Amino acid sequence: MNALLRIDPRGLVLPVGLLVLAEVFARATNLQSDALAPPSDIFVSGIAALADGSMLYATWQTLANAGFGLAIGFSIGMALGILMGLFAPLNRLLEVTVEVLRPIPSVALIPIALLVYGFGHRLEFSIVAFATMWPALILTRSAIAGIEPRLIEVSRALQLSLSARIFKIVIPAALPRIFVALRLGVGISLIVAVTVEVTTNPMGVGYKMMEASQALRPGLALAYLVWVGILGWAVNGLMLLIQKHLFGPAANIEARL
Amino acid sequence: MKIDRLLWTGASLLFFAALIWFWQFVSDNRWVSPVFLPGPDRAWNAMMRGLQTGDLGLRWIATIERMIYGWLLASLAGIFLGAVIGSSEMARAYIGPSLELMRPLPASAVVPLAIALLGLSESMVLGVIAFGALWPMLLATVHGFSAVEPRLYEVSRALGLSRSAVIFKISLPSSMPDILAGMRLSLTVALILAVVGEMLASREGLGSHIMLAARAFRSADLFAGVILLGVTGLVSALLLGWFESWMLRWRESR
Repeated sequence: MNALLRIDPRGLVLPVGLLVLAEVFARATNLQSDALAPPSDIFVSGIAALADGSMLYATWQTLANAGFGLAIGFSIGMALGILMGLFAPLNRLLEVTVEVLRPIPSVALIPIALLVYGFGHRLEFSIVAFATMWPALILTRSAIAGIEPRLIEVSRALQLSLSARIFKIVIPAALPRIFVALRLGVGISLIVAVTVEVTTNPMGVGYKMMEASQALRPGLALAYLVWVGILGWAVNGLMLLIQKHLFGPAANIEARL
Repeated sequence: MKIDRLLWTGASLLFFAALIWFWQFVSDNRWVSPVFLPGPDRAWNAMMRGLQTGDLGLRWIATIERMIYGWLLASLAGIFLGAVIGSSEMARAYIGPSLELMRPLPASAVVPLAIALLGLSESMVLGVIAFGALWPMLLATVHGFSAVEPRLYEVSRALGLSRSAVIFKISLPSSMPDILAGMRLSLTVALILAVVGEMLASREGLGSHIMLAARAFRSADLFAGVILLGVTGLVSALLLGWFESWMLRWRESR
């Protein structure tokens, strides 16, 4: 907690300096641009959009889309990951399928989802679900592979049923690493949701940003850009905090894909 | 043991073939409307036709070119900047927090800004790819450089090595695993952003190809494009994986 709040003042020099420099530059050259705006203008536009609720509503849409898509994708990925981690034959049987389907860029599926669902929530759910499913699968599988083998032996000796084995032994033992996967998935879901909104879906912060930019309101567009950055940073920080609180040092593992 | 492994790979391939057969079965029986889901036969035919007449092939090459140029640009800049920042305690203290602040920002979020600045141009697409692919590279390099065994630096001081010798002989080789991992992540990001950029700027490429096919309800062409994008992702990941294990072959012999 304290480590997160403690800020090295040297780290502030660069962002604050750049902000001041941009402001001075914009004022000195009397900036008239369709793309850039002085920081003070961005700030004023951002506060105005926050005050009239439009920014918060767009944020709610984006977060809901990302969250629901993540819930679908992560559950499927985690279930498959648990099964593939527990049953080696299944893992080997699905190997080629997973390796072939996983590298498909999620954005390539946007046109397909657009054909099937049209604009709206379901378009975004499906893309986010596809994108978050694979890291959930891969990381859950490796989390299960990393379980102390003696725990599995104990469960055999106790003759636990499959569901008891999964819920009493496997999931608790793999939970810290699965949570790390979830943290990663949260970040991915937000990125993908914004990407879908920027490219096609007319809702959420991504679309608002696109709209403001096309309406030649650079102050508002940049305010949304900053807001998306704050959002990503806050969500990531929150997940780190939860992870630290729930698992402590048990979750100090590098998640690598 | 080796035969065992071969048999399983065969079974795994068979399973995948069965899935494709199932897809054919579903589309033959019209369980899903062919407007949404063309059979593998139609997707394959559309792909072959597109590749033979040359249109699809040219678009495919255009996408791959964009991906590689943007990725190379990002890799060079990322390794260079990462080396500068990572090798100096002071630079890390001043620049590090700003980098952490930028890290969770979705790269596609800068697209509207890039369009406003550069228009719907080739340089806009390349710029977005390079910007997005830069972060994984940069952060991985900084991390690699700052995680170098401190005793190696002591040795280099004892040997009186110059700063560039330290970077090329000690820091760079020992942060290679991190850098390569960053390059792999960057390549994935580069492909995604190439598609996004093409979709938005309507530049000639697979991204615009699949978008136009979807708007015209030509689902076979759409699936052909998606399959080619999947192949691109798969092949580039495999190639980089081989490169990585070749570069890191000294690790196994340890």
